[in-house]
Amino acid sequence: MTSFAGRLKCGLMTSVLWGFSHPAAAVVLDLREGVTDMSRRIQELHHLSLWICVVMGVVVFGAMFYSMFAHRRSRHPQPANFHESTLVEVVWTVIPVLILVFMAIPATTALMDIEDNSDADLTVLITASQWKWHYQYLEADIGFYSNLTTPDEQINNLAPKGEHYLLEADNPLVLPTHKKVRFLVTSNDVIHSWWVPDFAVKQDAIPGFINEAWTRVNEPGLYRGQCTELCGKDHAYMPVVVHVIPEAEFNQWIDDQRLARELASGEAVADRAKTWSIAELMTIGEQVFLGHCATCHEPTGLGQGSTYPALAGGVIPTGPLTAHIDRVMNGKADTEMQAWAPQLSDRELAAVITYERNAWGNATADVIQPRAIYAAR
Amino acid sequence: MVAHAEDVVPPRPALLAFAARWLLTTNHKEIGTLYLWLSFTLFFIAGAMAMVIRLELFQPGIQFAQPLFYNQMLTMHGLLMVFGVVMPGFVGLANWQIPLMIGAPDMALPRLNNFSFWILPFAFTLLISSLFMEGGAPNFGWTFYAPLSTTYGPPSTDFFILGVHMMGISSVLGAINIIVTIFNLRAPGMTLMQMPLFVWTWLITAFLLIMVMPVLAGVVTMMLTDRHFGTSFFSAAGGGDPVMFQHIFWFFGHPEVYILILPGFGIASQIIPTFARKKLFGYNSMVYATVAIAVLSFVVWGHHMFTTGMPLFGELFFMYATMLIAVPTGVKVFNWVATMWRGSMTFETPMLFAIGFVILFTIGGFSGLMLALVPADFQYHDTFFVVAHFHYVLYPGAIFGTMAAVYYWLPKWTGHMYDERLGKLHFWVAVVAVNLTFFPMHFSGLAGMPRRVVDYSLQFADFNMVSSIGAGLLGLTQVLFLYIVIKTIRGGPKASARVWDGAEGLEWTVPSPAPLHTFETPPQFPPVMDRDVDEGTPIRNE
Repeated sequence: MTSFAGRLKCGLMTSVLWGFSHPAAAVVLDLREGVTDMSRRIQELHHLSLWICVVMGVVVFGAMFYSMFAHRRSRHPQPANFHESTLVEVVWTVIPVLILVFMAIPATTALMDIEDNSDADLTVLITASQWKWHYQYLEADIGFYSNLTTPDEQINNLAPKGEHYLLEADNPLVLPTHKKVRFLVTSNDVIHSWWVPDFAVKQDAIPGFINEAWTRVNEPGLYRGQCTELCGKDHAYMPVVVHVIPEAEFNQWIDDQRLARELASGEAVADRAKTWSIAELMTIGEQVFLGHCATCHEPTGLGQGSTYPALAGGVIPTGPLTAHIDRVMNGKADTEMQAWAPQLSDRELAAVITYERNAWGNATADVIQPRAIYAAR
Repeated sequence: MVAHAEDVVPPRPALLAFAARWLLTTNHKEIGTLYLWLSFTLFFIAGAMAMVIRLELFQPGIQFAQPLFYNQMLTMHGLLMVFGVVMPGFVGLANWQIPLMIGAPDMALPRLNNFSFWILPFAFTLLISSLFMEGGAPNFGWTFYAPLSTTYGPPSTDFFILGVHMMGISSVLGAINIIVTIFNLRAPGMTLMQMPLFVWTWLITAFLLIMVMPVLAGVVTMMLTDRHFGTSFFSAAGGGDPVMFQHIFWFFGHPEVYILILPGFGIASQIIPTFARKKLFGYNSMVYATVAIAVLSFVVWGHHMFTTGMPLFGELFFMYATMLIAVPTGVKVFNWVATMWRGSMTFETPMLFAIGFVILFTIGGFSGLMLALVPADFQYHDTFFVVAHFHYVLYPGAIFGTMAAVYYWLPKWTGHMYDERLGKLHFWVAVVAVNLTFFPMHFSGLAGMPRRVVDYSLQFADFNMVSSIGAGLLGLTQVLFLYIVIKTIRGGPKASARVWDGAEGLEWTVPSPAPLHTFETPPQFPPVMDRDVDEGTPIRNE
């Protein structure tokens, strides 16, 4: 707790000095400019509306404060008697209307451009699920999941937090520069929302419906955002990371992805041919478990109440093997226990099921081979 | 009659008599007191949840609340503050003040009044008990979006649904009572356009309640049947639509947020003229503006849903309609300033809270205007900018409004003046704390911090730390407020009937404390105000 107190003191001081105790040098008070034409237009719209509000605030509050000073009883003992004026009421109804029209015009034109999803060069289907994103390149037929990579030690304050704490993912979405990219956004379970502030793109992912959005990024770089619709327990741990690279590099990356997919299918064949030892499977299984399962079922396998049942001594991990394989591969309908068959390889599934049946005192001694998973698919 | 009845009933043991008095009371003042204490109690409970939230957000990382528990805290905080604090608080004020202000002997339907109140403790006990259930309390936010709340909701969701139903019944019955009272029991000669503004705003609020609480009841019932009876209103898999939930919810929800603020407008419109010693400027336009806000509140619900994939036409319609609300709201603010203009102002605690209300609510109104612009909303939506926005309209709006009203009318209720020095201290600490808590949220939101997160990246750390410190201070001010209220109830300088030398209206013609039964014969309207304000009332030069 000393670091807690130290941090409090440091935070207080920096806050008072309006400084910044973190890597960046200056406090950012503004809506970020972003890297697309649209994000800049939106920032300008933000500035316009902000300054109109500031001016109106200065006028109204200025009048109030002047009145409080000049018309207090000690200076102004006899109150005036006026209490209505139709002319004044009309004036202060009409002037705000004109100001609003002035604000509505740029907002309308920008909105019409935002909603023009036509003529895209590239389409990416974004599918949200609790608490990860899946990106599918429709033209290139490539797809992958994108998961948070921030280690638990950082979240639980056991290790210093990295620069991109909570905003880092294993497989970023990769996009080419200067191309109009259309996003189709949907969800597998609850409502999520895909947001990259630098693109000014925020679109809800709604199960059973497909929403559209688009962007055109001109500057290469890594851009970070988050899920912005409360989607359950790990809503805060669902980063969006987008890596924008020049077109030539992007085409190369697509080719690499295709190659990797072929290699993976070759690897899968080899995995099936091999008979794995329990030690090998337990090692891989522990990694898979910590990476995907432990957020709910806890690294100890003890779970969190009835919502996330304990696996140590649990009914399914110590019960019939087929039921266990079915639950891990296909999930449990209408709960946060999702289907893992599309997300993990045969080897990973075999390993994690083996792990769950033999860790934390679950002494089934069952060893599940990748070929058994392949057969169950 | 009453005295006769008391003669024949044998005396009861003290505790039983006490329980019977409060359980069976049909007196508007006693029921008003019950509402206000319920509201105040829940304010501490929901406030404690806010403290848990701010404690967790004090630093990045998980320190005090695990994610699932954190989500329960933010859900219960929102639900209790909206349904348990602000609404019962305003109903309590209405119960006390509406009969006094229109010269009625009581509410028109006293037994219904008793029933409306006594539903609530059970509803909130039900809701709060869910915290101790297997699977925890509701954890899907006070907006309970499907399917997070339906398919994926914890078992306690059903308790939440029943609780909401009970609160809704209470609100509708209370609203009917208020409408009937205002339409039928006004002092002879008081026309609608002579009613005090607080009565007007409550009349309009009551109509909003009657119109939207059944919609809320409908949506939670649809949730219930989706959860247990095989329907698919909100599930695309069965042909339903999760977005339809949001349409129905916000068709209730947007008028609801005006339910949470219109009585506050009424309170400011009572207090500012009193302490400016000048009639309210533009009474008629104030009434028309309130009606306009209420009507517009039914056609703007879509602005909560701009990112759900709404078609362009829908976005434009809801953007323009939302921006239009700024016009009548602006009229109200301008009228308050014009009321102050060339008045003869003093700044006792109710006036300070009323001025704080006008200024800080207006800041919340400005950010609301910014949020109406759809392209910009794509950046602001579901970030802390929105959290800042609605806390600026709700804390300095609804809560400051209620506190202003309590300070303003407490001498009438208790017969004692509150401690002016402590009242002012309360105001100044609260105004600093409110801004310290909620202003930095604008910046963390603009920088990109989503709302309802248990943890956040390092760039938001400083703003959150400032917010948390402000929230701690704000929490402490409530203890001070409780102390001031109890101190006033127990004693203090005797208050005169009129209390404030600039006060106008029927409630100031009855003695302080107001006797249990007032206006048993209809009063004269307009009243002749007593020009003598006795010792102990604060006429001080500021």
